[in-house]
Amino acid sequence: MVRKYLQIGLFVLIAGVIYFSFTTPAPQQIIGEASRIFYYHIPMAWLTVVAYAINLIYAIRFLKTRSELDDFRSHWSAELGTMFCVLATISGSLFAKVTWGVYWTWSEPRMLSIFILLLIYGAYLSLRAAIPTPERKGIISATYSIFAFPTVPFFIFIMPRMMQSLHPADSVVDKNLHFTMGGTVLPIFLVSLFSFTVLYFWLLGLGIRLHKVQLARFEEA
Amino acid sequence: MSSGWTTKALAVLAKDIRTELRTRYSLNALFMFAFTTLVVVSFSLGQLSLGVQVLSALYWIIIFFASMSALSGVFVKEEDAKTAQTLRLFARPSVIYAGKLIYNILLLTILCALLTPLYVAFMNVTVPDWPLFLVVILLGIIGLSGATTIIGAIVAKANVRGALFAVLSFPVLLPLLVAAIGGTDAALVGTGWAGAENHIKLLVAYAVIMITASAVLFDFVWNG
Repeated sequence: MVRKYLQIGLFVLIAGVIYFSFTTPAPQQIIGEASRIFYYHIPMAWLTVVAYAINLIYAIRFLKTRSELDDFRSHWSAELGTMFCVLATISGSLFAKVTWGVYWTWSEPRMLSIFILLLIYGAYLSLRAAIPTPERKGIISATYSIFAFPTVPFFIFIMPRMMQSLHPADSVVDKNLHFTMGGTVLPIFLVSLFSFTVLYFWLLGLGIRLHKVQLARFEEA
Repeated sequence: MSSGWTTKALAVLAKDIRTELRTRYSLNALFMFAFTTLVVVSFSLGQLSLGVQVLSALYWIIIFFASMSALSGVFVKEEDAKTAQTLRLFARPSVIYAGKLIYNILLLTILCALLTPLYVAFMNVTVPDWPLFLVVILLGIIGLSGATTIIGAIVAKANVRGALFAVLSFPVLLPLLVAAIGGTDAALVGTGWAGAENHIKLLVAYAVIMITASAVLFDFVWNG
């Protein structure tokens, strides 16, 4: 019953974000209407990172516990993360076309890093598909996910220093860690960030519950 | 790290060298792949006068794809010949990893020793700074083997090995390729060691991180 109310609450929040993100003044005056994508693009990029972090945490846990459920959590989070990663890439690419005039540029470190994440987790998912035994599938893919992780700091910390970024560095917080958004922008953004994060955890839990039901049925049969 | 550890790692290496010398399969495949690619590149682009940036990128693209054809062989052949179990009984995983890593580094070093003169001749490259050029290549080889040896062990457990090896390696190798291409670029332009300093630091850091991560994770892959 509680779950039902939480679902309705989440629905109302996301509906509210969609409504207010289009009816309030655009968040950025110079870019104009197109800057509304910011309410969706940043939560997607954030959830990509969250989902992949959870994939990594459960991958490490799986190597310790060897519990099939941890492997499933890790895998399911990677699938959700890939969905958010694709959405973040597409929304970012559209926004790049409007503001910088191109859909894609390799000289932008954040585009490069999100593309690398897509490649790593694309490789992770195809690796899983290529290993037949479930136990081995979990161990090998968890190892790859942990092994690929050290390359991520290269793209987040080192590459941006070797190339110029076109991304606004102070769109959410400025150098003194003050929020740079005024008026209605900040509350809508925070609610959007919050409700999409809840949406991710709901999807994560939903997949895990479904998996448990399937396991129970499999054992009954 | 007793002397037994080193001896055993060298024994694994010696065994791999001996079996390789019987057939020369992976060295032949590696070299012919690289040579064919070089000839195709030279044949199709030889008429154009290419800039230094293009030349250094082409060099590493050739090395990357050639190594994708052979570097997974060290583990794939153990699984195919069903000798992996015997090897598990013989030594600890870290010993096996060290032996295989050195073997891959040697394999790539031989490849580069053969390919680099041909590359210089075919592509009509002038190298103003040979020591820097060779150091960048050597560091690139160590990083490339350091990252791909464990991936070779990973794909040995999977079904579709050839394509999967490249798919798994590419995202992991990208920082290495960027740094190696940048360093080669500096060596070919002739800006000296100062110009390549950042790239060399990045190459060293990359090799250290990837070999450490592999050494930690190899147990899971090997016994998984």
